[in-house]
Amino acid sequence: MLNLFSLKNEQKEQGGDGSGSGGATKGKKNSAAQLRITKDINELELPKTCRTEFPDPDDLLNFKLLISPDEGFYRGGRFTFSFKIGPNYPHEPPKTKCLTKVYHPNIDLDGNVCLNILREDWKPVLTINSIVYGLQYLFLEPNPEDPLNKEAANELQANRRLFEQNVHRTMRGGSINGVYFERCLK
Amino acid sequence: MEVDSNGHGHTGGDWPNRWSHLSQVLTRKGPFSHPNFQAGPETLSLVRDMVRLCIIGAGGLGCELLKNLAYMGFRNMHVIDMDTIDVSNLNRQFLFRPNDVGKFKAEVAADFINRRIPGANVKAHNGMIQDFDEDFYRQFHVIICGLDSIVARRWINGMVLSLVTPGEDGQPPTGVIPIIDGGTEGFKGHARVILPGMTACIECTLDLYPPQVNFPLCTIAHTPRLPEHCIEYARILLWPKENPFGGEETSIDGDDPNHISWIYEKALERANHYHITGVTHRLTQGVVKRIIPAVASTNAVIAAVCAMETFKLTTSCADPLNNYMMFNDSEGIYSYAYEAEKNEKCLACSRRTQTLNFGKTKKLQDLIEYLVNQASFQMKNPGLTTNIEGKNKTLYMPNVASIEAATRHNLKKTLDELGLTSGSELVVADSTSPRPLIVKLNLED
Ligand SMILES: [Zn+2]
Repeated sequence: MLNLFSLKNEQKEQGGDGSGSGGATKGKKNSAAQLRITKDINELELPKTCRTEFPDPDDLLNFKLLISPDEGFYRGGRFTFSFKIGPNYPHEPPKTKCLTKVYHPNIDLDGNVCLNILREDWKPVLTINSIVYGLQYLFLEPNPEDPLNKEAANELQANRRLFEQNVHRTMRGGSINGVYFERCLK
Repeated sequence: MEVDSNGHGHTGGDWPNRWSHLSQVLTRKGPFSHPNFQAGPETLSLVRDMVRLCIIGAGGLGCELLKNLAYMGFRNMHVIDMDTIDVSNLNRQFLFRPNDVGKFKAEVAADFINRRIPGANVKAHNGMIQDFDEDFYRQFHVIICGLDSIVARRWINGMVLSLVTPGEDGQPPTGVIPIIDGGTEGFKGHARVILPGMTACIECTLDLYPPQVNFPLCTIAHTPRLPEHCIEYARILLWPKENPFGGEETSIDGDDPNHISWIYEKALERANHYHITGVTHRLTQGVVKRIIPAVASTNAVIAAVCAMETFKLTTSCADPLNNYMMFNDSEGIYSYAYEAEKNEKCLACSRRTQTLNFGKTKKLQDLIEYLVNQASFQMKNPGLTTNIEGKNKTLYMPNVASIEAATRHNLKKTLDELGLTSGSELVVADSTSPRPLIVKLNLED
């Protein structure tokens, strides 16, 4: 236990001004979020279908993730996600958006992603790696039960063949229901 | 000169029996006294003349804390708050009056206490906790937090942890400044005592702080059921798409009435479409600013516990709370205390700091080889970052291809050339440890 009573003696020694010793290291400190992201990034174990891009290597809080699925509906495509990590990480999840326009039940045309661990099921024990795997899984197993792009979800449920054709058409650069998708084949 | 309630003014602000309530506790030992407790009038003068407290936040909890602590005899207090008084604060932040609206909370609160309680010496700081350095915080004996921000809690937690010097050869650590953290959300609250480095810290128990409510995006987009879903739809999905106020992605300002009105109208439109009732202007602002209604009685209870713990810690008159108390008075009164455990993997309080003497003309490559080869480190593939003049810098990170390529040239640079100086802290992450190691450099010529 702490003995604050000893502060009486301490006060006498210091002449009561209370200022301790030891130089200030203002501005040299690493915040808890920074420590945690350094660890997360250093421990990234990316599946071979993923890679990261850091526009500024000194800024570990803003980066891109490129996913190139090698199986499933989206095989052969390349999809870029932006990651923004706030000062409250890991209390709050990173903000993640899909920068590639994609025909996908769980990603809308503005790049919003419906992945539970990005919002309602985020926990501080999760890491950037968890999100990478979550996103990769979305391309392997699109989930029509939690749709963000309702047309795509309905199509996947009604006719898998047609859904697959739509995916391929959009990845080659084409239109579905009047919406143009830029080519994203590797 | 102050005039006290008995009508006789004197600079000390004391009158007969002013502290009789404290003397009951402080001049004799009780069955619950801590072994360190020394009964006698010195302990009272300790409270009054020697202890310096830092109160962070002058809002709902802060007003209660300042009042309680001042009446308990603490005189030397600093209060920090960057906010100004809003008219909506007046129902519970009782040190503020209608004509204080717009003034700084810390200043008005300190003035009020100093005027009202003879002898009180509260110093106000209208600013952010981040404005102050180690030397500032080192002057206090206890830091009491009445905050609603997790970011601020984490920052002050990191600050007090950095002030601790581990004891050598089994000696107790020095520089330990306890944090007493109070928090309320509506009818729920908590009070906890943190002895930095010794008991669970804020980062150890980050899970205990309620995360903000996030609804699933697909619910917001397609199956709204609550008025909140409609407001979140306007805020998250419509705002970035329509960018109604032009410019380069104007972010939402919860205090800008135009922003709130826009979101309110869009949310109302959506609510009508789905036959959902309850979207109001007030709710919109509440959701956007993530306001949880404050309850004055919860604040009073939590602040009272915090003040009591401050008194116990500084006088040793009783054992302090060990170490976490939760409180809930939404249905009856429920309270529970338990010992929150230290997390051995905590990045903040279990952080290992090691001082390393190294020549400043040595290259970064040499340092990394040292960390790999030296028996006391035996790292595998360390990644190193640091902070130079407040800016983060990635020195080298071998595991991420794009960063590796961008930082490879640093390997050939000397520590001096990289801008590192004595006292620079390197964050060294390696797969051999769950926690990054902090290496404090001591550069030699
Ligand atoms: Zn901790």
